[in-house]
Amino acid sequence: MSLLVPQAGDIPLPQPGPLSEPYWQGCREGVLRFQRCLDCSAATHTPALLCAACASRSLEWVESSGQGEIYSWTRVWRPVTPAFVTPYVPIIVAMDEGWFILSNLIGCEDDAVAIGQRVEVVFHHSGGSDDIFLPYFQLVP
Amino acid sequence: MGHPFRDVAIVGVHNTKQARVLEGHDSQSIALEAALGAIADAGLEPRDIDGVVGGIASNFLFQSRIGPAWRSMSPLGIPAVIEGAMAIACGLANNVLIATGEAGSYRQHASTAPWTRPTNEFVAAYGMFTAAEFALMARRHMHMYGTTPESMAHVAATIRNNGHVNPEAVYFGRGPFTAADVLESRMVADPFHLLDCAMTSEGGTALVLTRADRTEDTAKLPVFLLGGGTDHFGPSYQHPPVWDLGGVRRPDLVAGHVGRRAAEEAFAAAGLGPSDVDVCEFYDPFSFELIRQFEAFGFCAEGEGGDYVMSGVIEPGGRHPITTDGGTMSFSHGGASVQLFQRVIRGVQQLRGECISSQVHGAEVAMCTGGGSGALFTDVLLLGKDRP
Repeated sequence: MSLLVPQAGDIPLPQPGPLSEPYWQGCREGVLRFQRCLDCSAATHTPALLCAACASRSLEWVESSGQGEIYSWTRVWRPVTPAFVTPYVPIIVAMDEGWFILSNLIGCEDDAVAIGQRVEVVFHHSGGSDDIFLPYFQLVP
Repeated sequence: MGHPFRDVAIVGVHNTKQARVLEGHDSQSIALEAALGAIADAGLEPRDIDGVVGGIASNFLFQSRIGPAWRSMSPLGIPAVIEGAMAIACGLANNVLIATGEAGSYRQHASTAPWTRPTNEFVAAYGMFTAAEFALMARRHMHMYGTTPESMAHVAATIRNNGHVNPEAVYFGRGPFTAADVLESRMVADPFHLLDCAMTSEGGTALVLTRADRTEDTAKLPVFLLGGGTDHFGPSYQHPPVWDLGGVRRPDLVAGHVGRRAAEEAFAAAGLGPSDVDVCEFYDPFSFELIRQFEAFGFCAEGEGGDYVMSGVIEPGGRHPITTDGGTMSFSHGGASVQLFQRVIRGVQQLRGECISSQVHGAEVAMCTGGGSGALFTDVLLLGKDRP
């Protein structure tokens, strides 16, 4: 067993684009954002021009509760690059507002992960000179 | 209207030597070697080619001065074969060459292969690569249906044993393997052990399609395209690989069943069903993917794929033997695209009856596939000995 922590090495960091900048700006402010359709109220992620449910272009950025449950997970022992410390635990979280996000689970032992567990977002700065704050998830106590 | 591919036949196939490292080759040289091999296999000359598919094939076009010729950029496996067949069916070309190869692009293995980890702002920082993407699909299936690591390991052992007896496989003679061997290999991305996963290697592959009315001039038995299709849900490895990711096409078709529509269309065009398939040349990036494909294509019901692969159907001599050359786990995984064509190459070899190992005797129909759920796409091609 080992305690899961944010990656601290020289990992590949996001380079926000025009569509995704509001998302990453939210992360800098400690807020997880997603897009909601003004016509049908459906949630959309990753950042898009069209509503995933009705293809409307009327999307607005809204704040997520940051809470959801683990939908699927894996535990990686062969790192994608040497910069990653293993084990790390990629998860898909089904957010309470009805959208899915890919992240890593932190703050618990690696064998504590299971589908259906409640999790909440927590942000971590990469530690470098960039201004990227990555959303991770931890188990809700 | 007749069958769309009635006037098209596959008449040449060739795999170059496949190896972990092909000394003295780069991607261009090994692809050209593959091209010349497939043309020779067809009994044709380079000057007979008047259509090429793929970026590397165009280099052949230049070197052999067969221009002006029809050319497509389609790079990835079955869609390229379908496109080449369409070019012939539409009268745009008479003899189409599809060739690709990879050597020298991945020899430092500190990181996973470059084609497994495209950069993307929503996945790269979380250490994602193909094994993790497919693992997220497999884990969800285990949760929904109780699918076991043992059933996945049985798939991997079966495919690796096909490679163990294939002298042309990179891992020839490296077995035999039991499911226990797979389960005891080190963990890569839970639930996948090392032996549940594809390998990396180098090699070239090519095939030649021609007009069906010209097959009297070709060297070997023609093989026909009975039906095919491609199912995609979006770019690979940029969005969470959610089993229940849906679309507007049909509510029952979620990403976990990707390939079902393609298979339904292919079977409808062929007038066949799963029970008619004699050999399942299924793409095998990870062991779970074959369990999923049997469900998606209708060989068994949803959730029953684990029991299905344990029922004696997938081994040599079973009703639906899988990935008979050893696939990406043991035969070869030559890079971003080579291995995606090699299911079709093997399907042709099976129907010709020329496999030097694991020949399915009397095989009339082969089902070849590419892609997988973790990559959000699956392609299907049905091959047969009888002209449709």
